[in-house]
Amino acid sequence: MGLLSDPNRRRALISLLTRLNTPICLVCYMAGVAWFMGLAFEPFTLRTYMSENAMGSTMVEERFPAGERALATGREFAAHKKKVGGMPVDWLVKTMQARGLEVFTQSFSRTLPFPDENKERYMVKGTNVYGILRAPRAPRTEALVLSAPCSPGDNNQAVGLLLGLAQYFRNQIYWAKDIIFLVNEHDLIGMQAWLEGYHHTNTTGMDWSPLQGRGGSIQAALSLELSSDVITSLDLVLEGLNGQLPNLDLANLFYAFCQKIGVLCTIQGKLQRNDWDSVSGYSHAVQTMMLMVMKQASGRPWGDHGLFLRYHIEAATIKGINSFRQYKTDATTIGRLLEGMYRKLNNLLERLHQSYFFYLMPSLSHFVSIGYYMPAFGLLTVILLLRALDLWVQLATPPTRTEDGVADIEQSSPGVLSVLTPLVISHLTGVALYTLPIRFQEMAVEHFPVSETEAVVLTAIAVYTAGLALPHNTHRFLSGEGTEQGWRVLKLVAVLYLAVLLGCTALINFSLGFILALTLVPVAAFVTPHIPKVLSAFILVILSPACTLLFSVFFFQELQEMPVSFQDGWLLYLSVISQGILDHFLYGSLVYPLIALLVYPCWLLFWNILFWK
Amino acid sequence: WLFRVETTLNMFIYSSSFTYFFQDNAGQFFSSGHTNNWAVLVCTSRFWFNYRHVANTLSVYRSVKRLGIPDSHIVLMLADDMACNHRNPKPATVFSHKNMELNVYGDDVEVDYRGYEVTVENFLRVLTGRLPPSTPRSKRLLSDDRSNILIYLTGHGGNGFLKFQDSEEISNVELADAFEQMWQKRRYNELLFIIDTCQGASMYERFYSPNLMALASSQVGEDSLSHQPDLAIGVHLMDRYTFYLLEFLEDIHPASKTNMNDLFKVCPKSQCVSTPGHRTDLFLRDPGSVLITDFFGSVRKVEITMETINLTDPINAVNGELQKETYSYVDQLPVSEIIHQKPKQKDWHPPDGFILGLWTLILLVFFKTYGIKHLKHIF
Repeated sequence: MGLLSDPNRRRALISLLTRLNTPICLVCYMAGVAWFMGLAFEPFTLRTYMSENAMGSTMVEERFPAGERALATGREFAAHKKKVGGMPVDWLVKTMQARGLEVFTQSFSRTLPFPDENKERYMVKGTNVYGILRAPRAPRTEALVLSAPCSPGDNNQAVGLLLGLAQYFRNQIYWAKDIIFLVNEHDLIGMQAWLEGYHHTNTTGMDWSPLQGRGGSIQAALSLELSSDVITSLDLVLEGLNGQLPNLDLANLFYAFCQKIGVLCTIQGKLQRNDWDSVSGYSHAVQTMMLMVMKQASGRPWGDHGLFLRYHIEAATIKGINSFRQYKTDATTIGRLLEGMYRKLNNLLERLHQSYFFYLMPSLSHFVSIGYYMPAFGLLTVILLLRALDLWVQLATPPTRTEDGVADIEQSSPGVLSVLTPLVISHLTGVALYTLPIRFQEMAVEHFPVSETEAVVLTAIAVYTAGLALPHNTHRFLSGEGTEQGWRVLKLVAVLYLAVLLGCTALINFSLGFILALTLVPVAAFVTPHIPKVLSAFILVILSPACTLLFSVFFFQELQEMPVSFQDGWLLYLSVISQGILDHFLYGSLVYPLIALLVYPCWLLFWNILFWK
Repeated sequence: WLFRVETTLNMFIYSSSFTYFFQDNAGQFFSSGHTNNWAVLVCTSRFWFNYRHVANTLSVYRSVKRLGIPDSHIVLMLADDMACNHRNPKPATVFSHKNMELNVYGDDVEVDYRGYEVTVENFLRVLTGRLPPSTPRSKRLLSDDRSNILIYLTGHGGNGFLKFQDSEEISNVELADAFEQMWQKRRYNELLFIIDTCQGASMYERFYSPNLMALASSQVGEDSLSHQPDLAIGVHLMDRYTFYLLEFLEDIHPASKTNMNDLFKVCPKSQCVSTPGHRTDLFLRDPGSVLITDFFGSVRKVEITMETINLTDPINAVNGELQKETYSYVDQLPVSEIIHQKPKQKDWHPPDGFILGLWTLILLVFFKTYGIKHLKHIF
């Protein structure tokens, strides 16, 4: 007979499962964490390589000559920007037209749900300017985008380089795709308006004027951030909205050209090291990978490129960094690197699809693909499934009562109400956490001496903390309903719910799923009403999503080698929450709704179980 | 006068030995047994990054034309999307050497099968001659049993197959069967098959028809490598094997006596990185006696004779005055005939009643034989 259909074997298996459940869970957890840490170990990673045949190697002759002229254009741009006090639209239009591009503008406006204190804006109105370089002989079916955000104060050299490249590209005849040179105002908001106008979608409720000129479907995009005349290194930023990453071939292309031209290139701002077998080398790789994990988990776009990814356009941001290093690279070399990249992207026949879409990079020349990092998450989810099986077994076997002579049947199956009520109330709290902060910010501002942003954030924290008081209130509703079976059923439901939730999250945004799993899986595995209440309540709060976020903020600052004090950290934490809420309303980031509507109620269920009477 | 006899005798001996000399050479002219040359040159790749395959094929095309095979005897199959590709920085050209020394596309290239017409089906139909009647002559391989054919294939291949334009493949078995069909239909005298792809030797493993000689750029398990990248154009320009083959062919002129053994030595492993291979077991002649120009050139067979031939005078000398003939034009449109038409003669049919009567008779005879009661069932 089969393993599971033979009752003897089944009983043996089940007893094995129940006896060894805790040890297996512990082993799985440690194995998952160890696997994750081992991902950064260089022998376990693969070297990056170009997968796209059409792009081939870096076999192209770069001849861009006009770096100095580009910088002069950048200085002119800065002067006009200061004179106008914003984006010099007329000057940009005139300059782009002088370079032979078809120039169009788009105006947009957006009122933020509450003022953004980081960027000091509330009612945003702006104009995007873009010029299209038509391919001399090709039909207008495909396009490439080069963009530079217009920020008040810096990024002038990037706009200058963009205009210089536009002039140089205009003189070449080998372009098979249109090239769109975009200068967007108010960085991400302007970029979102442009992309929505280009693709005729309106997902975030922004007001924008329709685009007069279009260039075909966009195959790839690069965003430039360059604030100094000379740089020492180029940094590549890949993480986009909701943790989406561009195709690895784009990073491979960048790295290949960096090596060919001889520019120092970094990822996460960290240089590559060759000593992977030493402890410091390994920890360096771990730090780089953890930075990428943190950035991906936050779900916010870390450059203007982040918004392209949603439209299946591979995009990356290239930042020029000027640090205290002897060897400087000038603008002509950067121009040549970009020229080489665009010539190679020009050779593409299809969208980039040959290489990986899901990966982690412990350094620019090594990567870990989804097949290698998913088992780490899988090991953590196995714990949840084991716990669920254990609970199922416990629910199936009737409890043995040896004290009374009469078999005191306490098998009253828990009413659906006793399980459903905590579920419903937790989710209602989640809905409250999602909607109340924005809705009642005016009321909060009236009653408390805080600004709107602070009102929103503090309301969120208040609702979150209020949820902690729920179990006591819940039990007032259901008088003496709690049974031994009751909390087991609730825990079974909660554990399975958490497993599905984390699984789906990890598929889309592995980093977010993994970080949540790291903290929530121990909670789910070990919470019962019978463990010491005070200590476990404290641990549960520490492991709740909000505190995970707090620790992540401190950890992130540590990784970037800019550690903060507690007060600064707390303020940073509040700003992170406000940015998260803003990201959701402005660009459609899903982290805030996920945490508020799904993860937080799930955690509340476990909080309920802890305080089960 | 003895001296004059001696000189005349010397001249006689000299001229007879001359004759012998020419007759010897004349004999050599006929040693291969073919009377015409054909070439089928196929590039099986398309897309910009396969520039080198088109350049390969066009280089062989140039050599073959230079050595004498005319366009009417060359079937050139190319995707032909390189010269006018939007990515070509030098439009209307295809270069085979870097620094743009040689434009193999030129002004007089004649591509017979272009673009999506380069398919396995078309290739096999060209080889076997099974083309629809509407196919123009330029697209046909009109070879006979005295034709030497050169077949050159290049593109992306694997162990036992060759990829045709990203959507289909031809296997080595199909190719061998096509050649067998050609042999049975007596469509070639001798055939030289050259293939420049990865694992090219696998394509000639299955040949089983006589008079086939095959060369490949790499063995099974090896990749054929490309030779020259051109940074200005941004692609590889040629493959190694064809590059060195072209260098070898540059030294061949229509009268050269280089034989196949030299061709086998083209591109050793030190230059090609892959190991070129060849197969001669199906070939009836010794490769050392086969000239390169037997396949790559179209050397006209010339028979030298010392006899004089009397031609009859085509003009008849007429005694007397020349006859004056009256000439008139034929009516382009015979209007008089059309207007005054005679009635059209219809074909004669037997009268209808006769046929009906005949069938009635047959039926009656039938029912008489088999009994009248059947007739009752009918009526």
